[in-house]
Amino acid sequence: MNIILNGKPHALAGAASVAQLLESLGLSAEMVAVEKNLEIVPKAERANALLKEGDQVEVLRFMGGGR
Amino acid sequence: MSMDAGADQLEIAGKRFTSRLLIGTGGYASFAEMQACHLASGAEIATVAVGRHDLKAQASDSVLKHIDRGRITLLPNTAGAYTAAEAVRLARLSREALGTEWVKLEVLGNPTTLWPDVAETLEACRILVREGFIVLPYTTDDLVVAKRLEDEGAAAVMPLGSMIGSGLGLLNPVTLGLIIQAAKVPVIVDAGVGQASDAALAMELGADGVLLNSAVALCQDPLSMAKAMGLAVRAGRLSFLSGRIAKKTYATPSSPGAGLKG
Repeated sequence: MNIILNGKPHALAGAASVAQLLESLGLSAEMVAVEKNLEIVPKAERANALLKEGDQVEVLRFMGGGR
Repeated sequence: MSMDAGADQLEIAGKRFTSRLLIGTGGYASFAEMQACHLASGAEIATVAVGRHDLKAQASDSVLKHIDRGRITLLPNTAGAYTAAEAVRLARLSREALGTEWVKLEVLGNPTTLWPDVAETLEACRILVREGFIVLPYTTDDLVVAKRLEDEGAAAVMPLGSMIGSGLGLLNPVTLGLIIQAAKVPVIVDAGVGQASDAALAMELGADGVLLNSAVALCQDPLSMAKAMGLAVRAGRLSFLSGRIAKKTYATPSSPGAGLKG
């Protein structure tokens, strides 16, 4: 199954939830924000948010910034 | 009444802070250096940006792991937004991921000056306030815009001293002073600070706080500058509260020298 992850095609071995995707990417769930098809996936719903073929997923992180 | 810096606190949206310095998290040589500078500065509010994760980068580290949230309030910002819609999206993402309603709203209109787009900023402020955010908008040193943001429910206004990262200091202390005098919400001078005297001047004008980043992170000795900024903000605040003497165009002796001669 293929999704679009941060603008690029990304292959998944099988059915996966957003939480499983983050785990496969080695990302600490507390440190990122996730959008699926332009809608925020709240932390509490990531385990149940199943990915479908062609889903557009954005993983955003916090970074240094200021003035 | 003697002014004690310890009793004088910054209050934004009902939350109190001992330090009036707000600090950024960008441009440091390392997260360790950033953390040391935050501590040395005494800042209790730090701003962070949200952006697309580089999936090839080291996944495990994050700026968030290097901010002591027991001491420092996180202020996510909407850096990178050029429209109200983009800013609102980033604010919502930050709120969900960080569990904070606080947002430093920043909508820029021009990439070479990073000048605020005040029309988009006002629109985004209106939407975010309605959604329950505590909005601290970055804006121009324009009194009317600052008041409009206040009317829209901004928790503070953050006019620029000069362009982001320019280090030019406070280019228009007169207009900043007008905003400070007219605003009912706290005024945080944001952007343009290059050295400690710039931060002190902002506070002497009566600003409620100063937000800076590059002046510390990109100078030759960030740790020393972080200390200097913390001291400058306190010194400037005390100086403001002390009520300066009037300016005169001729000398006035401070010692009783009359009558000793002749």
